[in-house]
Formats: sequence, C-alpha cells, structure tokens
Amino acid sequence: MNTTSLRRALVPGITAATLALAISACGAANEEPSGSDGEGTLSGTIKGGGASSQEKGQAAWVAGIQDANPDLSVVYEPVGSGSGREGFITGGYLFAGTDSALNDDEGELTKAKEQCGADPIQVPAYVSPIAVVFNVEGVDELNLDPKTLAGIFSGKITKWNDPAIAATNPDAKLPDSAITPVHRSDDSGTQENFTEYLAAAGGWAEEPSGEWPASIKGGEGGDGTAGVVTAMQGAGYIGFMDESAARENDLATVKVQVGEEFVAPSAEAASKILAASKSVGTSDNDMAVEVARTTTEAGVYPVVLVSYLLACPTYENAEDAANVKGYLEYILSEEGQETASEDAGSAPLDREIADKALELVGAIK
Amino acid sequence: MSNTDLSNEETKLSHATLPRGAQWLVGVAAVALGGLALVLGMGIVGAAVIGLLGFLIGYPLWALLVENRRSATDKLVTGLVWTAFAVAVIPLIWLVYTVVSRGAATLSPEFLTYSMRSVTGDEQGGLYHALMGTLIVTGIAAVISIPIGIMTAIYLIEYGKGNRLAKTITFLVDVMTGIPSIVAGLFAFALFTLLVGPGTRFGFGGGVALSLLMIPTVVRSTEEMLKLVPDDLREAAYALGVPKWRTITKMVLPTAIGGIVTGVVLSISRVIGETAPLLVASGFNPNLNTSPFEDSPMMTVPVFIYTQLSEATAKGVEYAWGGALVLFILVMVLNLIARIVGTIFAPKTGR
Amino acid sequence: MTVAADPGADPGVDTKSELSGRGSMGDVVFRGIAVIAATLIMVALAAVFIFLGIEGIPGFSVDEQHYAGQGSFLGLVVPLLYATMYAAVLALIVAVPFSVAIALFISHYAPRRIATPVAYVIDLLAAVPSVVFGLWGAVVLGPYLVPTHAWLSENLAWLPFFDGQPSGNGRTLFTASIVLAVMILPIITSICREVFAQTPRLHEEAALALGATRWEMVRYAVFPYARSGMVSAVMLGLGRALGETMAIAMIVSPKVLISLFIIGTNNPETIAAHIAQGYKESTPDRLSVLIATGLVLFAFTFLVNALARWIVARGRAK
Repeated sequence: MNTTSLRRALVPGITAATLALAISACGAANEEPSGSDGEGTLSGTIKGGGASSQEKGQAAWVAGIQDANPDLSVVYEPVGSGSGREGFITGGYLFAGTDSALNDDEGELTKAKEQCGADPIQVPAYVSPIAVVFNVEGVDELNLDPKTLAGIFSGKITKWNDPAIAATNPDAKLPDSAITPVHRSDDSGTQENFTEYLAAAGGWAEEPSGEWPASIKGGEGGDGTAGVVTAMQGAGYIGFMDESAARENDLATVKVQVGEEFVAPSAEAASKILAASKSVGTSDNDMAVEVARTTTEAGVYPVVLVSYLLACPTYENAEDAANVKGYLEYILSEEGQETASEDAGSAPLDREIADKALELVGAIK
Repeated sequence: MSNTDLSNEETKLSHATLPRGAQWLVGVAAVALGGLALVLGMGIVGAAVIGLLGFLIGYPLWALLVENRRSATDKLVTGLVWTAFAVAVIPLIWLVYTVVSRGAATLSPEFLTYSMRSVTGDEQGGLYHALMGTLIVTGIAAVISIPIGIMTAIYLIEYGKGNRLAKTITFLVDVMTGIPSIVAGLFAFALFTLLVGPGTRFGFGGGVALSLLMIPTVVRSTEEMLKLVPDDLREAAYALGVPKWRTITKMVLPTAIGGIVTGVVLSISRVIGETAPLLVASGFNPNLNTSPFEDSPMMTVPVFIYTQLSEATAKGVEYAWGGALVLFILVMVLNLIARIVGTIFAPKTGR
Repeated sequence: MTVAADPGADPGVDTKSELSGRGSMGDVVFRGIAVIAATLIMVALAAVFIFLGIEGIPGFSVDEQHYAGQGSFLGLVVPLLYATMYAAVLALIVAVPFSVAIALFISHYAPRRIATPVAYVIDLLAAVPSVVFGLWGAVVLGPYLVPTHAWLSENLAWLPFFDGQPSGNGRTLFTASIVLAVMILPIITSICREVFAQTPRLHEEAALALGATRWEMVRYAVFPYARSGMVSAVMLGLGRALGETMAIAMIVSPKVLISLFIIGTNNPETIAAHIAQGYKESTPDRLSVLIATGLVLFAFTFLVNALARWIVARGRAK
C-alpha cells in the first residue's frame, strides 16, 4: 500500500517533468529561423552595453541586423552609461553606448586608448527629442521659456498662474493650483541632458547630472520613464521624458522658446541640433559635440538627448571587427536611422554627420 | 449550535429580547439610509459607508435600549467582524477581477508561444521565453530545496529531538522564513559575482536565490506532517527489528507523503511569483534561453511583468496584465494540485 | 503538537543497532545525510552574511557621490531603514485589526459553509505574487485613491501624516501601505485562525454556560489562550512587510528622506525599493553600496525575527 502511494506521487511528477522538457525542447514560435529573407553573411555573437536611453533604438537596430543576418546575434545590455564605458574599457563589451562623451576627466579616455591600441571611435548615433509634458486641466497648449522651466523644476515657481507662465501664455486659462514637477528618481541620461539644457539656457544653478540634485525640495520622483508616465496622471503635474513616450501615452507637450518662436518637440526639429553644435572631439576618431542648447536658429529643438557609440578602430579578432563594423554601419545608415525613428521615435541623424561617422566606422578592422 | 440556543433561552427567562429577525429589520433600514444618501448625491462609496455606519450603530443601540449593555457590545462586535470581512474582501475581489479581465484581453496563442526577440513597436510578442525561464528557475530551486528541506525536517523530528543542534536549526529556519526576498537575490548575485565574474546574472543564480526562500517553508511543512505520524507506528516498526532509517523511509515518510507533497507544491507556488530576487540574480532577456548554467540572463514571468510595465507604453501595460494573468493561473494551478494531492493521500480513517 | 514521538525514538535506534549489524550502516549514512542537510541551513545563513559582507562592506566607505546625494553611508541608510519600518508599521496598523476580525469570523462567527471557502480563498491570496499586487496598486488602486488623498489632506491635516499638499496621482506611501496590508493580511489571518481554532472547546463552552455572550466568550476564553500565537502572527506579517520590495517599488514615488507625511509627492523610500530601483544601472561602487544596504536590511529583519521567536518562546514557557 505504501509503495503504491509513493508511486502515485511519483508518476504525475515524472509526467510533469517530461512535459516540461518536451515543451522547452522547442523554441519560441517567433524565434525559429525564418529562412531565406536574410542575405547577410555576418555570423557570430557580439555583445555591447551601456546607456539605457538607447535601449529602444538598440532593440530596433538589433532586430534589423538580425533579420538581415540570420546567423548573427547582437546583445545590447542597457546597464547605464557608466557601466557601459567601464565594460568597454575592460574589454567586456565590444562596443558601448554612452550618454556623455568619453573624456579624460577620470582617465577613461587613456584607459580606452590602451584597450583599443588607438584612439577609440566615438560617434553620435542616437538623437532623441526630450518632451516637457504637462497635465493641467483646461490647458491644451503651453509655451514656456527656458528660465521659467528652470524656475518650475527648481521649485521656485509654484503656481500655474504665476506671472512668468502667464507672460508666455496670454490666452490660456491658467488655474490657481500648485505645480508638481516630476523628475527621475533613478540615474538617467534623459535627466542629465535635460538639466544640461536648463543650465545652459535657463540659468539652472545646479550641476547638470543624471541624478536629481538632493538639494531641491518638493517635486516628485518617478522611477524610470514608466514612473514618470504614471506620475503624470496627476492634475497639475509637469515632467519630462523621451518624446516617443509622451506621444505613446498621449501627454500634452510644452513648446519651448527658441529665439523668438516656440518650438514643439519633434524628430525633425531635434535632428537639426547636431549641425548647429560645436565639435569637442579629442581626436580624429572622436565626433563628440557640445550640444548647442542656447541656439536661436529657427525650427531647432534644443532639448535633446545625444547618445554616442563607442568602438575600437581595430579588433584582434577579425570576425568581431567585421561584426562590429557591420552593426555600426547599419546603425548609421539611412535605413538604420529610419528604423530607430519609427520604432523608438528618435531623430534621424543629419546625413552629413552620419556620412562622416560612417567613414570612421568603415575603417574598423 | 445547541450552546447558543441554551444561552438564548436563559436570557429569555430574565430579560426582554429583540424580536426575531431584528438584524434584518435594521439591515433594511440601513440600506434605506444608504439609498437616501445616494439620492442626496453622496456617491456610491459614501452611501455604502453611511448605510454601514447606520447598521453598526443602529443595531447595538436597539439592543442597548431593549436588552442590556453586554448584549449591545456583543452585537457591535459581531457587526464589526462581519464588516471587517466584507471590507477586506473588496480589494481581493477587485484585484482578481482586474487581473482576469485585463489579462484575458491580452492572452492569445501567439502571446504564449512568442518571445520578445526582435520585437519592436507594435509587433506581436509574447512571454514564452519568460514562461520557460520561470519553469527552469523554479525547477532548480525545487531540486535544491526539496531534498535539503525534507532531510532537515527528518533530522529535526526523528533524530535531533530537543538537542542543541536541533534547537539552533529550528531557530534558524524560523529566522530564514523572514529573509527579505531581495536579500536572497543579492546573496546569489554576490556569490556568483565572486565565483564566476562581476555582473553574472543567469538562471542558476535565480534558482539559488529562490531555494533560499523555499527551504524554510519546505522544512516547516514537512516538520508538521512528520509530527502527525503517530509514535505507535514507529515503535511498532522498531519492535519488529526494523532499522531506524528503514522505519523512516518505509513507514514514516509514506504515511506523511500526502501532506509533504502538498507542502512542497504550496512552497513552489510561493516562490514562483517572486520578482525581486530574480530581477537581481537572473536578470532579463528578450530572447529564449533554456540553459541555466550559461552566463547569460534568463527571463522569468514576474520579471517580464515588471519590465513590460517599465516600457511605459500602452502595449507594455497590456503585456504586463497578460503576464500577471499567466502567473496567477500558474499559482492557482499549483494550489489546486496541492489540494488534489492532499485529498488523494489524506488518511482514509478519522479526521 | 509536542505529544508525538516523545519517548521511544532514540533509545529505539540504539538498541536496534546493538542487536543487529545489518541496519547500522544504513542508519549511519541516513543520519549523516540528515545532519548534513540540517547543517547546510546554518551554512547557507552564514554564507548570506559572508557574501553580502564581502561584496557590501566596501560600500560602507566609497566616494560620497555614490550615496544618492546623502553624503555618507549612514546618511543614506538611516532614512531608508526608517522608511522600511514606517511602511511596515503602517501596513500592520491597517492589517492587524482586519486579520484578527477575519480570523474570528472564520473560527467563531461565520456559519461553517461560509467559513470553509472563505478560509480557502484567504489562503490562496497569500500566494498571489507581489508583482501582481504592485501592478494593481500602481495602475488601478493609486489613481482611484486620489480623491481620498485630497479629502484626507483637507479634513485630517491636524495629523502629521496628512499635513501637506496631497499627491495628485496616488503614488504614495498611503496607497502602498494599503496594498502591503492586503498582502500581509492572509498570513496573519491564517495563523490567527489556527490559534483561535485551538482554543480548548471546554473553555469556550464553560464561558457560554456561565451566560457569557459570544463576544465575552471570545474575549475571556479565546484571546488569553491565543495571545502568544497572535504575537507571532503579527511578527511574521511584520517580517514580510519589512522585506516587501516590488509592490512598494512599483507604487511609490520615492525620495530618500525621513518624514511622517504619507500622502504627498515625496515619500520615504524603503531599503528594498531602493535596491530594486538602483541595481540596474550601477557602477561597481554604487552596487556595493546597494549590497551594503541589503546587508543592513538582512541584519535588521534577522533581529526582528529573533526577537519575535524570543517573545513567543517566553510566552509559551509561562
């Protein structure tokens, strides 16, 4: 009797285990090689990582290049810019994405040079407009100048009917309610670029940084873009996020003053910013720029995130070199930039700049 | 219950009592009061609160007037207990309803068989990779925890009775039940960072983290079951000259097997939904990965839910609900299995 | 429960192995396995301390930029620990009365045919994954409670918990503690229920026979008997609430601070939520800080649990 009850316990267990094995033996339905539609010849696996701001763009690019080269696997780990640069320097990542250009403030450039054996390649790859979003009852359009924005986010302007806001919005019915500015509670490239903008154009007193300054009281912190998006359900809230996220969630966006006019965030207006920016590259391989946040040029949207790609000019392994070169060339190509624009809402690179970047990347061997 | 009848009769001898069905009378009055509040524009929640308060105050008050203070207190507490039950049930039903209704909209064959590899924009994706990951990681946790847990329980009940080691272990198991799940994840992460390399996140790490959470529950439930095995059985076996280990494996364990299996299945259902340790220890991955020992992240359903919500897109939220429903079903199925196992093996006699 | 297996066990095996050599080898091996398994638990707990220590101790003294703007490890961990306790206590305040009431409902008030399914459903809820609770709290309950926040701040502002500008989106500790309460409710309920059900029937009947009302019976016969069990149930709930990560991380808009105010836009951040939100984009230094806070959380819950066991053991001894 006892043995039978033991057996009775075992049999379903074994069945379940075999079933699980049988299921796990076959792959995901959409992962089976789709056959002939990819004609690329690249094969192997390359791993990179870094800025999570590029995550959606990278997902689009990875999908694109894997479709074209069925034998190639590209992995991009969104571990953050700092860890991405670190991984690149130590050779863990063959390429990396970073929101702030590699420089020698902490000796990173020198170390990267040692790792690569030459000046590392640094090219802008992902430009994304940052939308300032708001949720105020009865207000559909809002024009703000950089100074007012800085005032709102630093907690100095606390009411929606503040004269500074009314001045640029004479027709809006601004309520006498409190403003809750939403920032990111985590370390974020979007936040770093946004505060850079506020500092350059709006007299923001704090040091621009990916982490929100602890000295500012009030406001609300959201964890990740999702945290900010859910926080924005509250009436009287104002925040910032990738323009694509704002569009996806139907949030109203602020038009930002540039020169004499007010510009809405758009991929088009954002892509013009690089051409207007000054190069601060440290070598011929370095295309880092200082983004022209204070531009007064018409139709340019200066609240953008510019994110770079890092790669070595030479790799020891020829297959790695070919794969990295192929992947980066795809990213910078017109097709790659279009794909990211569609899927991630980024601004396609100005072709002139992209062509220059392609030249650098094309020399990888 | 005969007791209550008795006491009622007794009170009847000396006191006036409320008429039969008094609670229904008050109830109807309370509903009317709530209805009035609703008509006056209080909103549904406000009206419900008013009606409830009306009942909670009115019924004891009446009892106070007609009967006595003690009876009024009794009525008040009874009302409160019922109210507490009703109020606590609201969020629970609400939660289940939301998960089922919003999740069902997302569930489809594609959702169950696709992974998120190369899925961008509005393309169809799924959680197949996460489902496989969850089965593998939980399987690893079970393979580690079940033998350790059951053998520990055997030691505590059959061998260690009351000695110092057993007392320490019992204490540690109790403490272990209280380990915050994220600490278990950090432990696995720290362990494999040292053993394998910095930033190692893989399926086995997740399994180790979960087993740390699972072992104490397996020990506790097995212990309870072994305690229920009558001593006569053991003594009878010893008297026949059966060695102790044979007694345990042939007599004690088979007798308790139903309860043990139920406990094990329930402990699996507890860890299968753990998120934080897996987020830290096994990471996330849009691709299917079925090799837990390879140094590459493995997706699991709870982490899938979390990362989909983090996407901050309408589709992401939808997928998060879909994942929540799948996880919910997994847990319910495991609980059901535990129930069935429990009834199949339940001792045929007594209780 | 200690009735079982008291006398005969150990002497039994000794006489046995003396009588026949056949079983002794098996016995030694089997016993050995059992001892090893039991010792493994000690090893595992020690390993948790050791490995968190190895990876975390450097985090006590890294460059001050890694302490989320708080300047030092203490500056970071004290507010985090405060928030962890605060959230757990809030959840207990909500959950305990309900749990006890529901346990009473099941054991003494409800008719049997209602009580059994209710008990089953409550048990089932203990198994609902925390990430599902988090999702529900963040997407459904939070927005729903916004008017409640406004009402609290208007009418109960004389309490420090509600004194200030209310949140407009419900991503607050107030919402989170309700969700936490719902999460720990099944745990406390099921233990309380068991203890209540174990009250000797004779005590209850004696009370009723003396003319006690049902409430008086519960108060004078059930509660005194169940006191230590209830304490241990509450402590278990506290332990769960202290360690809960996802629900809080998904619901609350956090900030590292010490404050009693629970319905505003900045809410004290708990240790577990801080780790969950920070681990993803982390440099090695930052990671070691996070692991160090994890070590503190572990040590703290260890103490709370040990204290709980001690209280229960003392209660039992009396």
